[in-house]
Amino acid sequence: MDFNLSSSLFVGEQKFNTFEPQKTYDVIIIGGGPAGMTAAVYCLRKGMTTGLITRQVGGQMAETAGIENYLGYRYINGLELADKFHDQVLQFGIDFENDANVTDIKDGLIKEVHLDNGRIFKARTLIITSGKLSRKLNVPGEKELTGKGVAYCAICDAPFYKNKKVVVAGGGNAGVGAALDLARIATHVTIVQRRDRLIADQVLSDKLKHYENVELLLGHVVKEVVGEHHVAAVRVENRETGELLEIPADGIFVEVGSIPNSELAHGLLELNDKNEIIVDEFCKTSKPGIFAAGDVTDVPYKQIIIACGEGSKAALSATDYILSNPNF
Amino acid sequence: MALFDDNIRTQLTHILDGVKNEVNVVFFSQEIECESCSDAHQFVDEICDLNPKLKMHRYNLVTDAEKAAEYNIDRVPAVVMLDQDNKDTNIRFFGVPGGYEINSFLGALLEVSGERQDLPEEILERIRKIDKDIHIQVFVTMSCPHCPGAVITAHRLALENSKIKADMIEANTFVPLSIKYNVSGVPKIVINEVHELLGDQPITAFLDIIEKI
Repeated sequence: MDFNLSSSLFVGEQKFNTFEPQKTYDVIIIGGGPAGMTAAVYCLRKGMTTGLITRQVGGQMAETAGIENYLGYRYINGLELADKFHDQVLQFGIDFENDANVTDIKDGLIKEVHLDNGRIFKARTLIITSGKLSRKLNVPGEKELTGKGVAYCAICDAPFYKNKKVVVAGGGNAGVGAALDLARIATHVTIVQRRDRLIADQVLSDKLKHYENVELLLGHVVKEVVGEHHVAAVRVENRETGELLEIPADGIFVEVGSIPNSELAHGLLELNDKNEIIVDEFCKTSKPGIFAAGDVTDVPYKQIIIACGEGSKAALSATDYILSNPNF
Repeated sequence: MALFDDNIRTQLTHILDGVKNEVNVVFFSQEIECESCSDAHQFVDEICDLNPKLKMHRYNLVTDAEKAAEYNIDRVPAVVMLDQDNKDTNIRFFGVPGGYEINSFLGALLEVSGERQDLPEEILERIRKIDKDIHIQVFVTMSCPHCPGAVITAHRLALENSKIKADMIEANTFVPLSIKYNVSGVPKIVINEVHELLGDQPITAFLDIIEKI
C-alpha cells in the first residue's frame, strides 16, 4: 500500500502567522503554486514583510501524479514536491491565508487585496501567481453529467472504470497520462485529439504502445456527451470531413488544457487574447508595483521549472521596486 | 511486514508529536468476508503505536454486536474516534485510509486531540446554529489528491456540532454503497442521503446545503 503523506499539512501553527489587516506588507503574493512559493522564499530571504494568499498549497503541481522534469528529482510525486516547497517557505515564518479567494484588487501607491471572506489586506507591491484552472469542453451534456461519467481527475476516478470503456479528450501530456492510468483498468480507452498528432512528450506517447486497448482518434473534437443519468456515449466530429461519430463509453476524462486564473486582474491589468496577464522580462505588469509570474502570465510554456524561475524574478523585481521607490 | 517504512514512520512520529490530549481509536473488523480488514487493522495499530496518547480498542462486528450497535457500525473495516473522555466525536472512517487519505486520518487524530486550527467566528456561528440531525458521507479513493480536503472539512463540522455525523467511505471497499449513491467521481459528498456535492468544496458550500435542510 502506498501513502501520499502531506506532512506540511501538519506543521504546527508556530510558522503560520495569520495575516494582519492593519499592517502594510512589502509584498503580498496571490497564489501558492510553484511560482508563488518560490517568490515567497526570495522575498523572505530579502527581508521583505511578506504575505501569501492561497486557495490550495501547491496549486496544479499538488495534483500531478508524477513529475519527471523538475531537475534534482528524477521522479517525484506532485504532492511531495509541493510539500518540499511549502517546507522551505515555512522555515521563515510567513503570514499565510489559506482557502481564500481574491475578489478584487484596488490599485494605488498602497494596494488593497479584497477576499471573499470579507477581509482586506494592504501591500506596497503585489505578485500575482494565481496559475491556471482546467479547461472544460463546453459541450452539451458535460455539465449535466459531471460526476456521472464526466471526470477531470484520472488518478482520482480511474478505479470506477474497471472493465469499462472510456474516452480521454486531449492528446497533451495530461491526456496521454490519463490514458495510461486508465489503460491498466478499463477495457478500452479512446484518445480523442483535435490535432492530427499527439502533442505529449515523446517518452509518454511511446508508453502507449505497450497497451493494445488504447485507440487514437486524431483530428476529432468532442461535440456532445450523451447519456441520461450517466454517460452512455461521446459524440465526436471529424474536423476535416465534418462526419459525426458516436463512441459508446461509460466515462469521459477531460484533459483539454487549462485557462488562466486571471479574473482578479480584469479591468486592472493588461491581458492578452488568452486572458493571460502580460508581463515584461522583469515580470512587471501594466501597473507599477504589481508583478505576475507563472502560468497566469503570457510567458510561453507552462512548466513547474519555468514558473519557479519566473517567481524568483518577480520577487527580485518587487524588491528592487520597493528599494528604489522614494515613497517607501 | 510493516506497512510503513522507516522514512514514513519518522515523518508520522513527527506529525503525531502534535497530538495534545488522548484519543481513543475504536476499530471494528471481522474475520471473514472482509478483504481489507487485516490491512486496516495493521494501519490503525501501527499508527497508534507511534504515540502513547493514541489508544486503540479493537472490536469484532459480529461477536461484539453490542459495541457495534452502540457506535452505529454496520460495515467494516471501520474506525470511530472518541475523545479523551470517551465521548463519540461522530467521526467515522470506513475502509483503509491509505494513499492520500492518510492525511485526513492524521488530521482527525490531531483535531480530536484538541490540536485544531481556528475557524473564523462567523463560520463557527453558522455551525453552532445547526439543530437538525445531519449525516455527511464523503466517498473517496486512495489515489485522489482532492479527497482528504473534503473529508477533513466534513469531520471538522462533526467536531464542532454533535448534531453532525461525518463518514469517510473508501468507494472501492464498499461497492454496493457507491452504486447506491451513483459514485463515479470523487470526492463525492452526500448529505442526509439526497443532497450532493462534488469536489473538495469549501466549508461554506457544506453549510449552504445544511442550512437549507
